[in-house]
Order: sequence, then structure tokens, then C-alpha cells
Amino acid sequence: MIKNEGINRCFHCGEDCGSSIILYDEKPFCCSGCQTVYEILSGSNSSEYYKLSDHPGMKTAARELGKRYDFLDNEEIKQEILDFSDNGVSRVKFFIPSIHCSSCIWLLENLHRLNKGIMNSTVHFTKKEAVFTFRDSEISLRGLVELLASVNYAPYISLESVDKSSKKKINKDVYYRLGVAGFCFGNIMLFSFPSYLAIDDTVEQFIRQNFGILNILLGIPVAFYSGSGFFISAYKGLKKRFISIDLPIAIGILALFFRSVYEILSGTGPGFMDSLAGLLFFLLIGKWYQGLTYQALSFERDYRSYFPVAVTLISEKGEESILPLKHLKTGMRILVRNNELIPADAILVKGEGSIDYSFVSGESDPVKKTEGQRIFAGGKQAGPAIELIIEKEVTQSKLTELWNQKPGHEERQNNWESLMDVISRYFTAVVLILALVTGVTWWFIDPSRAALVVTAILIVACPCALAMTLPFSFGGAMRVFGRNGFYVKRSSVVEALSRVNTVVLDKTGTLTKSNDFDANLDHLLLPEASFNLLRSLVRHSTHPMSVAVYQALPNAPALHVNGFTEHISKGVEGTVGAHHVKLGSGEFVLGGLPEATPAGSLFVSVDGSPSGYIILKHKYRDGMRDVLSSMGKKYELHLLSGDNDAELPALLEFFPSAGHMNFNQTPVDKLNYIRKLREEGKKVMMIGDGLNDAGALYESDCGISIADDVYHFSPSCDAILEARQFRKLSTFLIFSKLSRRIVIMSMLFSFSYNIVGLSFAISGNLTPIVSAILMPLSSVSVITLITVATYFASVKTKLNKIYPV
Amino acid sequence: MNVILILVAFSLMVALVGLGAFFWSVRSGQYDDPYGSSVRILFEDEKPRNAEASPPVQGITENPSNQK
Repeated sequence: MIKNEGINRCFHCGEDCGSSIILYDEKPFCCSGCQTVYEILSGSNSSEYYKLSDHPGMKTAARELGKRYDFLDNEEIKQEILDFSDNGVSRVKFFIPSIHCSSCIWLLENLHRLNKGIMNSTVHFTKKEAVFTFRDSEISLRGLVELLASVNYAPYISLESVDKSSKKKINKDVYYRLGVAGFCFGNIMLFSFPSYLAIDDTVEQFIRQNFGILNILLGIPVAFYSGSGFFISAYKGLKKRFISIDLPIAIGILALFFRSVYEILSGTGPGFMDSLAGLLFFLLIGKWYQGLTYQALSFERDYRSYFPVAVTLISEKGEESILPLKHLKTGMRILVRNNELIPADAILVKGEGSIDYSFVSGESDPVKKTEGQRIFAGGKQAGPAIELIIEKEVTQSKLTELWNQKPGHEERQNNWESLMDVISRYFTAVVLILALVTGVTWWFIDPSRAALVVTAILIVACPCALAMTLPFSFGGAMRVFGRNGFYVKRSSVVEALSRVNTVVLDKTGTLTKSNDFDANLDHLLLPEASFNLLRSLVRHSTHPMSVAVYQALPNAPALHVNGFTEHISKGVEGTVGAHHVKLGSGEFVLGGLPEATPAGSLFVSVDGSPSGYIILKHKYRDGMRDVLSSMGKKYELHLLSGDNDAELPALLEFFPSAGHMNFNQTPVDKLNYIRKLREEGKKVMMIGDGLNDAGALYESDCGISIADDVYHFSPSCDAILEARQFRKLSTFLIFSKLSRRIVIMSMLFSFSYNIVGLSFAISGNLTPIVSAILMPLSSVSVITLITVATYFASVKTKLNKIYPV
Repeated sequence: MNVILILVAFSLMVALVGLGAFFWSVRSGQYDDPYGSSVRILFEDEKPRNAEASPPVQGITENPSNQK
């Protein structure tokens, strides 16, 4: 073995190989999964994949495909999934969540190198979709999916994607409006230019008249098409008796337009059309920037995204066949294999059930069920295959009920006002009062100028720069977060984050990892010399429990193993040297479960004699200690767990008191807890991962769903956090506070422009040229200021990765 | 001086064609996936895989592909 100084990074996925490096083709790999993908790619002349990005692969647990994709042979399901199939050629569009870099695009578009049956493939990176065209005679749909899975680009096929009823269309309106605004802005500026030069001539008269008309003609589409969004939003706000920032903008647009039309038609001036077009152009850039969201993520998921597309039906004669889920009826008998989901409430009729309900209830230990007992939908079978008879239809099962219990989609009322709401109200009021007072004053001094001054005030007070602040500051924060694996639904959530003073955390799946264990060897009754027997055996298994045991045992040269066999959900066995070693569940190793051993123990036997047991506990997430202790200093921490309180002593140091830690919580308990905190006036952020957290997530001021896989998560959340980035949670909170400071600073800055402009307006000196300079200048300088400040904030908090969203 | 109006009219028409082209490009989905499009142009072309492909044009030499 080659000794390594420092970290050896897996050539495929870039993760630390740790102590178990696999060398192949003179390159290091962290596991056989990565090595296998490399083999496949280099064997088919596709190593370009590795040249385009560093470590482009992703590590996934190498699971055998087995019968996972059998359902794709079913004709009815094929019809629903395929886009088109004719004359032996089929086309299908898949959503592939693991697309994340240029190498991914390259590989998927060159998939024909791995199988000639694939004629063409195109990737849409932003939506993480790929369209494949293939010849039926050379590769089947199932073959295609299995091929994709073998290189770790498995498509996400769920009931929801098959239904195809919820296809989000990309909104192109903002581009059209921006195009019109830009076109008119440029041309109006050109036509207004002569009036800036004040050529004193009959030429000027001629130009003024004709170019003025042109300006009006160009101004109409800008004001009423490009600006329509602002009018509609202001009107909607007024109907709800609510003043949004769009109201002063709408007033400003109207003032600009009508005053300009008046001036041009009466020949009293060149009008302000250039300021109008410029204003809308910049505002729309802000709207465009704000709209750059994550098209691939859908924050609104319903129960269908959690269910499989098909189940294995067992007929009366005992034959197995594939049945699409929507045909599943009460009384049917189905087979559920290891790691498969229970799709509906059912009665167990054959086999031993060991149901993992962690997503639904938060309990981390599987629940044992025997024949005749009822099993609820939503759990996963963690054991050998079982047979069930369906009791209730899929849509009426407890899981769907739980999922549908979440409140509707109306915006929840915050118990605090957002910055923008406060500013809009005061701003509009001040401007209107100022206009009124100034108008009246001028009426007495020189009535002819009163109207001009009033419109000038309305024009220059337009909060163009102010309206830019939000998209660029919180929008900028959203992009920084997105690059770091924290996907926020909309920019108002960033503000919510900055106001939070209380943080509530779930335990199972949030603080703990779902597939990573710590092995406790204290109860192992083997002499130390024999540890290596066990370690050599376990080295051949990629199951997370085996990996945990392997890493806990001391390092030693591996011994050869004969007849290694892995029995799914039972254990592993093999002959190491002269000894037969077994590791696994009590039933498997000892023939029965001894009393008084903790759940989740793995038993060991050597040559048939019991040699103690190993206790496995779910590992805490990387960085948990740091995150909890740094958050604990500034926020009041609470724990809400659906699991039992076995971990209370271990976690107590991070929480203010044992009273802040609550266990055995049902989903309703969690929801009520959050509600009570909010009633006390606290601003609550909740972070959880399972369906049992959904109500609480919705109820909190900011609900974060943490997910190992961002396409499998709890509904009704405001933000999604990639589980790998959990350790950055307190940094994200700090950044949101910095963002808020940037907003306040830029608002003060834009106010100073308003004050300068108003001084011109009130004194009656607001000429078009002043306005034409002031508006773009204020917008551009505010945007620059915010962008630079956000960049420095990201550098300071070390969040400045460069990485496509 | 009236000629300037005719010139303006023409130039506006040309500019409108440009705007129309922009609308067409948005409609045909060219703005849907900016990252994918930007990366795709950097991929190397495949070398012809069989003898039936047309022979390379005289005078153009192929770049060696192992530049790193």
C-alpha cells in the first residue's frame, strides 16, 4: 500500500478517500462505486468527462439495481413516460437531479458512446432535464434508465412526474418587456439629444416638434406595456388597502408620461420621455435579476412526488406483475421489497415487517410488525420482502391525509412588517404631502408654475433607486446562498432570516445523518488480534453499517475472504482465513434476539460462537457542534423531536435547558409549539427534514427543509438546505444580517439622491436634462454599491464560491 | 431638413427588425438555459469514427487533443 501524506482525493468525486483508498489505473478512488463509473467511462472512450471539470462525479451508495426498474417494461407506464414513440424510435425527457456541472452536460450528450442505441441526447442545464432519442430495437426504456443509473445520473421518476400535469413554463414576459424598454430607451435618448444642446434656431423648432412626436410614440409602449406590471401591482395593493413600493413608482410613471405629452404637444418643452424610458429600463433589469430563480427546484410538492410509479402485484395464483400505482385498489395483494415504500395503508400477510417511518414520524428505529398487523403508508420496509393486502386506496391513506393537512398557499401574515412595507408607506405619504404643500405654496407665488412643480416632485421622488435595492441586495444574497447549497424561495425569506431570534431544530435526519453510523465496539467479545477477521469481512460490503464497522476497527492488512455473502437486511458472512465469521441482526447471527440489547445492534459470531455485539448510532452531521454552539450564543435554541429522549444527555450542552428539548412530538405537537413561540412575539426559524415537520415549518417565520437529496424534501418550506452544507447554517444567518445592513445603507444612499432631486423640483428648476442625468445615475450607483458590498460580505463570511447555480 | 425625417423613419424600421429578432430569439427558447449553451460550445467535436466519413480538407491540420 502506498503511504499517503495529506489528503487523497477521489479522482471521480473529489471526496477524501480516508483510509480506504482503491487504486485503479494509477488513480485514487474512495469507493468501488466511483471506481466502477470510471471504468465504464474510460472503457468507452469517454474520459473527456474528467477533463472538463475537476472531480465531476458524485458519490452515491453503490446499490445493486436489481429489480428497481422492472416497472419500466410495463407498456402502460412506458406510454405515460415516453414523449413520443413511433417507427422504432422513442423519445423521453427525464429530470436528472445530479446534473451539476459542464462534465455532466458532456457525458449525457455523449451517452451514445456508452450505447449505440442512443441516437441523440440534449441537456437543459437550468431545468436539469435531459431528452433522449433512442432506437427501441437496440435499447429499451428500462435499459436506458439502468445505463444512466450505472453512471450515477439516475433519473427521478415519481408518480408526480408521470402525471405531467404540473409543468412549469418559463416566464418570458420580463424579456419581452425589457426588450421593448431597451429599444425605446435607446431611441428616445437619441431623439432627445438635440434638445440638450440648446441650438437656438428654427431648426430647433422643427426638431422639437417632430422628434417630440416620435418620443411620444416611443413612450407609449414603454409606459403601458413595459410598465404594466407596476400598475397592476399597485392597483392590487390598493384594493387590499395596502401601499406597496409599486404605488409611488406607478404615480411617477404617470406623472412623467402625461407631463411630457402636455409639454410636447403644447410646445412648451421637450418632455421627460428619456427619463421615463430609462427609469423603466433599470426597474425591469431589477425585476429580471430578481426572477433568476432555481427552475429545477420546486418548492411546492405534493404527496405524489414521494410515491413510486408502480408496485409489484401478486395475483391469486402467486404470479408477480407490475401494476401502475393509480390502479392499486383495496384488497389487492402486493410485494414490497427491501427499501421500497409502502404505498397505502395495508395489512401484513406474509413476512416480517421492519418499517422505517423516519420520514413520516421522525422515529429513527424501525418498527417491527408481524402478520395480521396494520402498516401505514409512507414507511419503508427495512428487511426482506413482505406481502401486503391493501386496506385503503392511496389517496385516502394516512400519509396523504397528513400531507394535505398543511394549510393552503395564501401568504401567512407575519407578526412583523418587512422593511419595504414600512418604507413604502412613509415614503408615499411624505411625497404626497410635500407635493400638496409645495403646490399650494407655489399657487400663491406663481400659479402657472404650480402644476409643473407638483409633477416635478412626483417625477423625481420616484423611488427608482429604492426599488432597485431589494432585488439586488436580497436577490444577491439569494444567489450567494444558492451557490452554497442553500436554496431560498424568494427574497423576502432573506429578510425573515435576518430578523429571526429563535431557532427550533428537529433531531432525526436534521441533526443526525440518515445513512451514516458510529460504531461502538465496547461490547465486542473478541480478542484484539481477531478484530482483523471482522474487518476483512466487512470490507467487502458497501452497506453504510458495514462501512461504519470497518472504520471503527483498527487498521491492519486485509485478509483474504472466501465465499463472501451479503444477505439483504440480515447481515454478511464469509470465511476469513480458517474462520467462519458472521455479522448482522440477532436472528441472522444467533437465531434469535437476546434480551437487553439495545436496538440497532449488530451481532458477531466466529465459527458459530457468539462474540458480542456492536452498537450503531446515527452519526451527527459534520460541524453540528460548531453550528449549535455558535447559534446558541445569539439565538434561543429549541429541539423538537419525534424520536425518544435517548439522546438528551448528549445534546443538553447546546440548549439553554432540558425544558427547551422536547421528544416524542407528533406533527401536531410540533406545530403547536411553534405557534406558542410566535404568540410570545418571538421570530422563529424551524429546520426539519420529514413530513412530521411540515406543519411546524409552515407555521414558523422561516421554515427550512434539510435534505440529503434536494428533490426529496418536506413540503411547504421557505428554503431548502443541502444536508452537506449544514455546517454553514450559522454563517448563512450572519450573512442575512449583513445583507439587511447593506439594504439600510443603500436606502440611505438613495434617499440622498431623492433629496438632491427634490431640491431641484421644489425650487422649480427641474429641467429634463437634470432628471435624465439624475435617474440613471442614482440607479447605477445604487446597483454598483450593493453588488460590491454583497461581494465583500460574501468574502468576509467565506461564502464566495464560484459555481453555477 | 425634411430629409432627416425620412432617414429617421428608415433607421427606426431597421431597429425594429432588430427588436423583432430579439423577440424571436426569446420565443425560440434561446434564453432558457444560459449556462448549458455557454458550456456546450467548448466541447470538442468528435473525430470521424469510420472510413465513410469525408476526408479532412487539405491544408487544415488537426489540433492534438491532449492540451492541458
